[in-house]
Parts: sequence; structure tokens; C-alpha cells
Amino acid sequence: MFDFLEGYDLLGAFWATVQLTVYSAIGSLIWGTLLAGMRVGPVPLMRAFGTAYVNFVRNIPLTVIILFSSLGLYQTLGVDLGGDGIVQVISFRLSVLGLIVYTSAFVCEALRSGINTVPVGQAEAARALGLNFGQVLRLIVLPQAFRAAVAPLANVLIALTKNTTVAAVIGVAEASLLMKEMIENEAQLVLIGAVFAFGFVCLTLPTGLLMGLLGKKVAVKR
Amino acid sequence: MTDVTVAKEDAAPVGDLVVLKDVNKHFGALHVLQDIDLTIARGEVVVVIGPSGSGKSTLCRTINRLETIDSGSIAIDGKPLPAEGKELARLRADVGMVFQSFNLFAHKTILENVTLGQVKVRKADKKVAEEKARALLDRVGVGAQADKYPAQLSGGQQQRVAIARALAMEPKVMLFDEPTSALDPEMINEVLEVMQQLARDGMTMIVVTHEMGFARSAANRVVFMADGRIVEEAAPEQFFSNPRSDRAKDFLSKILHH
Repeated sequence: MFDFLEGYDLLGAFWATVQLTVYSAIGSLIWGTLLAGMRVGPVPLMRAFGTAYVNFVRNIPLTVIILFSSLGLYQTLGVDLGGDGIVQVISFRLSVLGLIVYTSAFVCEALRSGINTVPVGQAEAARALGLNFGQVLRLIVLPQAFRAAVAPLANVLIALTKNTTVAAVIGVAEASLLMKEMIENEAQLVLIGAVFAFGFVCLTLPTGLLMGLLGKKVAVKR
Repeated sequence: MTDVTVAKEDAAPVGDLVVLKDVNKHFGALHVLQDIDLTIARGEVVVVIGPSGSGKSTLCRTINRLETIDSGSIAIDGKPLPAEGKELARLRADVGMVFQSFNLFAHKTILENVTLGQVKVRKADKKVAEEKARALLDRVGVGAQADKYPAQLSGGQQQRVAIARALAMEPKVMLFDEPTSALDPEMINEVLEVMQQLARDGMTMIVVTHEMGFARSAANRVVFMADGRIVEEAAPEQFFSNPRSDRAKDFLSKILHH
């Protein structure tokens, strides 16, 4: 029944999806955390930048961002992110960049909702000890905010996993591009669709479950 | 009580530690602090009392600039209170603060709560900081709880840890913002006893409280506030037995007669 799969690198395609997800997740977690820091920080210019960034980026379709990074950044401006002329590598890196730019806005907002669960008194007590803003954020507020933000961050991570399929529009050989190719070549339309749907569920369902467990484990008792 | 305080004032270097001059602050239209002049000498224990909304907590919080002021000046140990930044952080390290709601760091153990400031602000060695923290926790009677998290402790224990956390910075002055107001009645005394011991040891303290017993037994001076002003300042005996202002008489008649 599944002999139509022969000759296709299904695992390889999903491996590309996983790689896109992992690199983008790490990047957007870092950049999103910095954005959240800016949005709650004392410097008006940074607060304005953070707010503008989030409201701008999260309202642009991801496809537009990914297409722009390929057509605009690479083909017009020649930014190849050290891809050395190899189109697959360049597309992959540009996709990761686009996914980070996009997802970090959502990470920032998830984290900010976590920050809002930390009572003001925690930061006040930390300031009263003589900690500076960076230390208060790093040592007291963010550790508690991350614990409270595990559930919304899990949503962001699941959305990111599925959003990696947009990389197909600039030719990254990930799962959905393979699906397109297989549907064109094979006669098993429904089965192909089911196989890929199942593949994505296999990636995202455990993510949700694990993050749920993690959230319970690290929850801050008050 | 007075003979004890005289002895400790002799031991401590003389001088004014905290000086507030002409301090004004507004919350929107509300004038919460009006022309506040207050001087606290080294080693002095000043209790601030007054009806709620009188500005006493705000006064306490302006002294380490958790609240900014609109006009006037505040100086600690001869140095004016700096604006935000490194200087302010350094000054805050010298001013211990104890909050009504304890505010222990919820994700850190009791021991970590008391070592954090020493290690991150005073740059103390971790081992040394832990030894000092354990000694302080023993002193306030919660040494056995060092490895627990704040939520596992009673309110009274948490507040004593908060006092230990502030003391670990070796502050010049300690601010107490209604330290017993959030406590169950049976836990108030264990906190007051720690504070009384601290007062006997010569710590300079500014205490906002409704505990008149503490004011009587531990304070050198009572400051009575109402509607954002300091209405009356006097020694505790004089204030409680013979208040001069009508506002103070009215206030005392409401709280002392039951």
C-alpha cells in the first residue's frame, strides 16, 4: 500500500523540517527575549523600537517575509549569509532568518505575558538589594517569566514547526515541498496527504506534551 | 527602654544618616507627600504611624527611590540620592528594605535569597556568602529552612528571611514598610522580636507600622503622619500619653480603645 513512498527521501525531508524548526526556535528565543527586555526596559527608545517591531512584524504574512528574504535580500542585494553560491544552503539560511524575524515577535509577546505574571514586588525587592536593571531582569524576572510562559511558548513552537513549510516557496527541500512533488508524480493523493499530516503530528504532539510537563515541573509556587 | 537607646547612641558615630528636606510628591492630583522635613540620626529607631492613605508607606519608599519625588531633597549619609543608574544601585545596597508582602524571590531557595545580593552586588565569594547567610538565618530563627522555597514557609518565617536578606548587605539603615500587616496575628510577635533585637543592636531603622506596642518599646521617636504631612514628632511615651495635635488624639482614640 505504501510502495509509492519508494524513491522518495521522506525522512530526509522531515529532517530538514526539524532543522528549520530547531535553528529558528533557538534564534527566535534569543531575539524574542531581547525584544521582551526592550519592551519592559527603562529606555524609551528601546521600548518604542520593541513595540514597533512586534506590531509591524506580526502583522506581515510569513510568506511575504520569506519571499522578501529570497527575492529582496539575496537576489537583489546579494546577501547570501555565507552560503557560498549553493542555492539550497542559501535558501535554508534565508528561511531560518525569515522564520526568526517572524517568530521572535510572538516569542516576545508570550514572554511579556509571562513577565506580567511576576509580581511587581519581586523586581522591587531585587532593586532594593542594589541589583541593576539587567540583573533584575536576568536573575529575578525572566527566570520566573519563562516558567510562567512555557504554555504560550509551546504554542509558538508548534506554530513555528508548521510555519517552516512556508520555506517551500523559496525552494527549501523540507517536508511540504516533497509532498508537492509526490502529489504531482503519484496517484495516491489522499494517502500522501495523510502521511505528511501524520508526520507533522508526530513532530508537534510530543512538543506540546513535553512542554506541558515541563511547565508543570518548573512552575513557581507563590 | 530609653537607657538602652542612650547607650547605643553613644557607641555609634554621631551624625544624621537620613535627611529629607522639603520633599513633595504627587500621585496625579493627589498630593501624597507635602513639605516633608525629617532627619534620622545614626542608630535612631523612628516609627512612622498614621491613618491609611497618609503617605507613610510612600515616604518610606522614597528613601531608597522606589518612589521618585517631585521636589525637595533626600540625602543618605551626607550623599544626595542619585538618579537611576549605577550610583543609585550602590546606594540601595546600603539601604535595607523589608516589604509588607515579604517579596522573597519565589524561584530561589531561602539560602539563595540571602546570598544573591552578597554575590551579585557585593561580589562576595559564594562560600563566604553562604556562611554569612546561614548565620543570619540562624539569628532570625529560620536556619532549618535554608533549603526550602519561600512558598513552603509561613508568613512570619518568610518575613524573618526577608529581614535576613536585607541584613546580609550590611545596610547603614533599614526601612520597614508595614512588615507585620500581612501576617496572621500569631506570627506578628516573632517578626517584632527580631526587629526589637535589631534595634537593641544599634541598627538605624525607619519603621512604618500599626504595631503601637513596638513603637512604645523600641522607638526613639514616633512620627505621626496624616494627609501627606508630618503632623507630630515626639518620643513614644510623650506621644502616646500626651499627643499635642487633634489629628493624633483622634487617631489614637480610634486604635487604642479596644
